[in-house]
Amino acid sequence: MARVLLFGPLRDLAGWRERDIAEATSISALKALLASEDARLGEALSAPGVQVALDQAIVRGDRSLGARAEVAFLPPMSGG
Amino acid sequence: MISLTEAPFEPGALLASFCQARSETGAVATFTGIARAESGRAHILELEAYPGFTEAAIGKIAEEARRRFRLDDVLVLHRVGRIAPGEAIVFVATAASHRREAFEACDFLMDYLKSRAPFWKKEHGPEGARWIEPRAQDHADVARWEQKESTP
Repeated sequence: MARVLLFGPLRDLAGWRERDIAEATSISALKALLASEDARLGEALSAPGVQVALDQAIVRGDRSLGARAEVAFLPPMSGG
Repeated sequence: MISLTEAPFEPGALLASFCQARSETGAVATFTGIARAESGRAHILELEAYPGFTEAAIGKIAEEARRRFRLDDVLVLHRVGRIAPGEAIVFVATAASHRREAFEACDFLMDYLKSRAPFWKKEHGPEGARWIEPRAQDHADVARWEQKESTP
């Protein structure tokens, strides 16, 4: 099971901030599942500039998701 | 010290306490970022962070600043939640033996905080809300330090 977190404009686009998704066993499978529910969100999650954090560490490419994985989708950051 | 706060803060009080009990520090530089009203276009700024991850990311930026500029100490306080125009958003203080390192470290920290720290900023105004993305200038500002680091 993965806990999925969306930040910034992704959260507004999806209409949710946090969800538990039991079926996803990898980041690519998770993205495909979310895209099948909501094509616009699927496109936004794969847009350039969106980083993925697995258990609070940035990852590039695909990763398998263990039990209680936390996956966060991070659009371009803007602080200060 | 790195912290996030939902409550408004007073930069002067932070500076006074940061300067206390220092015998080897010759220079303290600070930066305070303040929410603009944008001539009435911005009523409220909403800042979102990723609790835990955001503090850790700022901690890494602060560690890099300590190393590059030989700092004695560094303080970063960043607001999250809803911020009204005129309120401080971010306060950065750096302590070093000499002024150049303190000034440069402050500049470095702010450049990284603007576009590399996990925050997302939404501006609420009379015409609705919009997410603010880093400007080209913000990316150019941070790139300056990457060029400097690669120069022998």
